Amino acid sequence: MIELRNVSKWYGDFQVLNDCSTMVSKGEVVVVCGPSGSGKSTLIKCVNGLEEFQKGEIKFDGISVGDKKTDLPKLRSKIGMVFQNFELYPHLSVVKNIKLAQLKVLKRSVEEADQKTIQLLERVGLADQALKFPAQLSGGQQQRVAIARALAMDPIAMLFDEPTSALDPEMINEVLDVMVELAKDGMTMIVVTHEMGFARRVANRIVFMDEGRIEEDCSTDDFFDSQRGVRAQAFLSKILHH
Amino acid sequence: MFDQFDTNVILENLHFLIEGMQLTLLLTIAAICGGLVLGTLLALARLSGFWILSLVSSTYVNFFRSMPLILVIFWFYFLVPLILGQPVGGYYSVLIAFVLFEAAYYCEIIRAGIQSVSKGQVYAGQAVGLNYFQNMCYIVLPQAFRNMIPVLLTQAIILFQDTSLVYVVGVKDFLVSADLVANRENRIFEMFTTVACVYLIICLSGSLLIRKLQMRYAL
Repeated sequence: MIELRNVSKWYGDFQVLNDCSTMVSKGEVVVVCGPSGSGKSTLIKCVNGLEEFQKGEIKFDGISVGDKKTDLPKLRSKIGMVFQNFELYPHLSVVKNIKLAQLKVLKRSVEEADQKTIQLLERVGLADQALKFPAQLSGGQQQRVAIARALAMDPIAMLFDEPTSALDPEMINEVLDVMVELAKDGMTMIVVTHEMGFARRVANRIVFMDEGRIEEDCSTDDFFDSQRGVRAQAFLSKILHH
Repeated sequence: MFDQFDTNVILENLHFLIEGMQLTLLLTIAAICGGLVLGTLLALARLSGFWILSLVSSTYVNFFRSMPLILVIFWFYFLVPLILGQPVGGYYSVLIAFVLFEAAYYCEIIRAGIQSVSKGQVYAGQAVGLNYFQNMCYIVLPQAFRNMIPVLLTQAIILFQDTSLVYVVGVKDFLVSADLVANRENRIFEMFTTVACVYLIICLSGSLLIRKLQMRYAL
């Protein structure tokens, strides 16, 4: 469903992505990990065209993302995205955050959008917070609203860009729980995260990145059974140390 | 001196002064609205990434910001009737001058406001499938304007004071009305003191309002 072929990207002279290739099939959950600055977030933002890339090709559901003729807004409406800093719209209430794109992009009727919104808020356990503004919610609640906002578009795949990195430890699980549910329901997901417990539990494959390259791309079992390269091993020993 | 202060001359000509103030306020509000619309378009052009649009916009802004306002007022007073081939009256020519002049300043304020909205918010709008204009209208500009409110109001107060420059082309605003009364009744001291007090009160209350808003939106 998502296919990356030899993707390279430069910021000026600095190469952030170096010849990255991988594939994500329908229903698969792929975790992308690696040290900070390794290009994980950049890679995931290339998938829905938030970041441009200079070389290679990305195909989503058969559509080329890098093609100038591609209707990017339409393509993006089919891909849900969740950000590290939640990025809820601060000037809109929770309900309006979730409704906006349903009305403006999918052109749903108000009733339809309302129904979908309530249903999703119940699913992430926040029905009672519907009329609050983002600033009145905890980080974990905000991130769950952000997931509901993405799901409201009925996406066929979801991208998560370090969804728990900005959260206090006690709030990480409430977000991960929602993501685990989603994975169980068969959602196609690419998740950039350092949560190795989550990776072990739900990921089908692990992609390990370092210095803009995909260094490892293997099944979750292989990755944790130390069949991995030196760099991945060094990275894992650092984050699993405590 | 104050025992000769004749308050009657003010009361007798009150309706005349109020008419002048109406014109001053009307001009201020119309110039703010027009200037905001044009300024927003200029700011969008300047940030558009198309070099020709941003060149046109920045040339416009730099041009008007290099001109004294009084010159622009004069210029349009004589130029607009020439272009249209018929007289338009002082009011409309100064209105056009103010809108075009203020737009240059608003453009820079709005540009800074748009740039104050984080890249993450722009991404968040794009990621759900909003196109450029939807993203601007629903996500970026509402946040930008909220950040800009104090600066925009400060500019509005400056504009309110600047409208007194229409004096040079004889449009009867508050100051000109007071001046006419002052000369007719030979009560220059009373009239100009009144004018000063009214400007002072309006501008001070404007400033107080801004400070309140700033405190409210500081967090």
